[in-house]
Amino acid sequence: MAEPSSTAVVGTVLGTTEEPETLRGYYRQMMTIRVFEQRAAEMYTKAKIGGYCHLNLGEEATVVGLMAALRATDYLFTSYREHGYALARGAEPVRIMAELFGRTGGLSGGRGGSMHLFDPQLRLLGGYGIVGGQIPPATGAALALAHRNGPGPDREAVMCLLGDGATNIGAFHECLNLAAVWHLPIVYVIVNNQLGMGTTVEAAAGEPELFRRGCSYRIPGQRVDGNDVLAVRKAARAALDRARGEHQPMLLEAVSYRLRGHSVVDPARYRSDEDNQRARALDPLPAFRAQLIDTGVLDAPAAAGIDAEVEQAIAEAVDAADRSPAPAPETLFDHVYATAVANTYQGLPGDPVVSP
Amino acid sequence: MTVISYRQALHDTLRAEMLRDEDVLLIGEEIGLFEGSYKITAGLLAEFGPRRVRDTPICEEGFVGAAIGAAMLGLRPVVEIMTINFSLLAIDQIVNHAAKMHSMFGGQVRVPLVIRTPGGGGQQLAATHSQNLEVWYAHVPGLKVLAPATPADAKGMLTAAIRDDDPVILLENLALYNTNGEVPDGDHTLDIGTASVLKPGRDLTVVAYSRATVVALDVARRLDEEGISVEVVDLRSLRPLDRDTVCASVRKTSRAVVLEDDWLSYGIGAEIAATIGEGAFDYLDAPVRRVAAAEVPLPYAKPLELAALPDAAALTRVIRDTLDATRFAG
Amino acid sequence: MPEVLMPRLSDTMEQGVLAQWRKHEGDPVRRGDVLAEIETDKATMELEAYDDGTLTRILIDEGVTVPIGTPIAVIGSTADTPPEPVATVDTVEPAVDTAERPSSQASPPVAVRPPEPAVPKLRASPLARRLARDHDVDLATLPGSGPGGRIVRADIEGAVTRRGHQAQPQPAVPQQPPPTAPPSPAPPPAVGPDDEEVPLTRVRRLTAQRLVQSARQAPHFSLTRTVDADALMAFRNQVNTDLADTGTRVSLTDLLIKACAHALTTHPAVNSSWADTRLLRHHRIHIGVAVALDDGLIVPVIHNADAKTLSQISREAHDLAERARTGRLPLNEITGGTFTISNLGMYGIDQFTAVINPPEAAILAVGAANPGPIVRDGQLVAGTTMTLTLSIDHRVLDGATGARFLAALTALLEHPVRIVL
Repeated sequence: MAEPSSTAVVGTVLGTTEEPETLRGYYRQMMTIRVFEQRAAEMYTKAKIGGYCHLNLGEEATVVGLMAALRATDYLFTSYREHGYALARGAEPVRIMAELFGRTGGLSGGRGGSMHLFDPQLRLLGGYGIVGGQIPPATGAALALAHRNGPGPDREAVMCLLGDGATNIGAFHECLNLAAVWHLPIVYVIVNNQLGMGTTVEAAAGEPELFRRGCSYRIPGQRVDGNDVLAVRKAARAALDRARGEHQPMLLEAVSYRLRGHSVVDPARYRSDEDNQRARALDPLPAFRAQLIDTGVLDAPAAAGIDAEVEQAIAEAVDAADRSPAPAPETLFDHVYATAVANTYQGLPGDPVVSP
Repeated sequence: MTVISYRQALHDTLRAEMLRDEDVLLIGEEIGLFEGSYKITAGLLAEFGPRRVRDTPICEEGFVGAAIGAAMLGLRPVVEIMTINFSLLAIDQIVNHAAKMHSMFGGQVRVPLVIRTPGGGGQQLAATHSQNLEVWYAHVPGLKVLAPATPADAKGMLTAAIRDDDPVILLENLALYNTNGEVPDGDHTLDIGTASVLKPGRDLTVVAYSRATVVALDVARRLDEEGISVEVVDLRSLRPLDRDTVCASVRKTSRAVVLEDDWLSYGIGAEIAATIGEGAFDYLDAPVRRVAAAEVPLPYAKPLELAALPDAAALTRVIRDTLDATRFAG
Repeated sequence: MPEVLMPRLSDTMEQGVLAQWRKHEGDPVRRGDVLAEIETDKATMELEAYDDGTLTRILIDEGVTVPIGTPIAVIGSTADTPPEPVATVDTVEPAVDTAERPSSQASPPVAVRPPEPAVPKLRASPLARRLARDHDVDLATLPGSGPGGRIVRADIEGAVTRRGHQAQPQPAVPQQPPPTAPPSPAPPPAVGPDDEEVPLTRVRRLTAQRLVQSARQAPHFSLTRTVDADALMAFRNQVNTDLADTGTRVSLTDLLIKACAHALTTHPAVNSSWADTRLLRHHRIHIGVAVALDDGLIVPVIHNADAKTLSQISREAHDLAERARTGRLPLNEITGGTFTISNLGMYGIDQFTAVINPPEAAILAVGAANPGPIVRDGQLVAGTTMTLTLSIDHRVLDGATGARFLAALTALLEHPVRIVL
């Protein structure tokens, strides 16, 4: 396992300059993600959720730190491991859970499922199920921003999240190159949880210090401890500021560790007991909680109070999501095209194609 | 004969061919340590080592293209692409390179490559992970595209594919992996390019491949009890396509329905219907009908997914319609 | 502007002869007016107009034979004068109904389809077309039972069964196309100086066609039985004496019709037809009586003979025979028979074997009632005998079934009161 502290930006010690309310808010968000994902795993086993279901467990500090850095006017593209980002970006838990349940109340109306959350108001322009699939569209979104406006401190930027595994696909390299030659306002964030399915970064990447992979394109790279919410926030803000202010594409690597398998159904037997112990030791949630209590931002009863409120809120979201209706089969052909055209075939299996 | 699963048949065949031929090697994502996303390669890394069971980063275009190059030098790579959806990332190497080289270089080089990849929807994997894109490859001269439906054919066709000197796409299906069937013991290889009449019948021909064949067989057996005799032609090989077997069957039954998991327009069924139109025109008593997937990006929600995918009920309905249209009296 | 088509006026009609135009170009026409007389394979029929207007154009001259469905005339609106038929455009179908599936989107624009021709093309499956070619069946004469009236294999096979071309056993589709030519028929006889060529009349041609069909297709065998006809003759005399003032005269044929109707009721297997893939057992008893014409044979049908009284049958049979000889029988009186009687007794024939009238299963040939020796109560006595010969399609019936029917019929005829009970 890579040592997060060995690189340029280290985790910040909790400073007195930070508003306690902000810190408590981050804790609440991290806890919300944690509880939401645990309930999602439970709902998957109860067959309320189908298909694939990838969880952010263990990545909560990264998620919250990145989303804290992102302005409401910025755009976000993610991989398929994105429930937490939608939550931290401000999507209602019920709408995410309803999407996981495949209900009309879901963020994508039940059509996308776990891997394909989308919310234009939040400028969340999609979770993407194909590894690296989001990288070219995110680059294109940055192109649109650069096309319309020059750089400046108040300009919009794009954040493109990808996993460590996605840095090996061709599109990643193609797009870094494009962003460099086009001078695009984009920050590529490698969420390095150190495993692409069962493959370690070391086994998959010729340069396992992934933040260095922008060197070929003269894109500045930085690694940050993904278990330190404030460090992540600080690094992401800095990267975003340069992207929006200079139209300089940036590469940020946040290192954390997946607490569970690749997806809900992956028992992760390829991980040793030692790996698992270490993962638990690095779990950002208890650590952050302890830090807040140690520094007096929270006391134990207050923390327990937040935990209980979160549990209650997510429980209500699960219940409400389950009350959302499933889409009717009659809506099957909705949204196939944005522009209705003649001769669109809308037959169900076995229906005649033409009338004889 | 031994009864084993489709998954086991693929696994055993890979192992047998690796034991038989030192040049056979496996390449793919998560096939070694992870033992394969669908566990086809379970145990092979331990048995044959990382030299012959190569895990790759996520880089389909790269490792498929690399397998092509290795094949040019005489290795016999068997590539696993996790699902056919991801093969799109490698399609340039498959279509522009693997399929072209032997011909374009004047017959001076061979590409003895096998790409194994499963297709299929029905597991709520949503639009990008539920596709049946085999027809894209079946369209390309220079490729051979196989789609076995039974464990026995999985063994026979994978064996044939590995020993073949051309690039072969072997289409598997998520829904077939756990199906069981009798498999011949020992060496078992099939002729690429031949279809199989899995069940003879008099009244109507159902043409299918891969998972659809299993559905068709099930429907045919149920209709038998009603005195409706359905012949099931399993294409097995999408390219080359055994047109003679299809036409001979339809000449006998005079009615045909195609069951396919791909989308209707420009699909496998379109090719079959055109073939029947040409080769059995004078024997048709009703139009050839197709039962295919609804033309939508497959939605995640279960009710929509169920509505969109072809199933036994839709096939049965179309069979009855076709029989009724020809005053079939049983 | 409606076209008038050669109508289909019988179940076996493939083509019709335009016997006579009763209206002429320029004549005003009202719905129901008789436009023309059409000679079908069985009779001459009147063709009525279905539209008001003017007979603007006659397309087929008198004496010409055309397949059914062929346009033979055009009726225009009264003001119309143009002579050319024009396809109508009022049959445009709506394009695919996008409202069928609820959608949150606006309906896509609807493509306009070209208008469909007013006269639909004949619809037949490729298999039906090939079978029709192989069996020399004119598709235009067949009703299609498939969707939208498509002619399918079953329709051709039905027609072949009825008309007597060589049918294929089921399944009718061979693996390979059959030879294009049927087995060679006997060469036609050479025409010498002392031979006179007689053109075939319609009835002669049809009679020949049907009998060849029957002889070639139905494996015939026959059963013969002699009836003690004394009681029958006495009964007929008694009935005719009783009915003298009504003008009704019951013939032996009438009694045979009634007796056969009785016997068929108790032996329904004989009241059946061969239908290629199956047998049809008829729950109606329609008895045909062969009537000799100058140029052939016609078989008027007494419908529901089992439900009619002897005097009803008698009147109907005489009327049918009269009208058959003048060629004016409506179709429904010469179609639909389930059993046929042919009586040549009046010509002094003792005994003969008849050819089955397809698709019926049997025909009864009746010889003359002649004086002859009869063994009665162990004594040889002089009496009246009559010979019945039942020809049977062996595909439908076996010997014992036919024999039981014939025994029942004999018992009725020998105890004739039972016929009318």
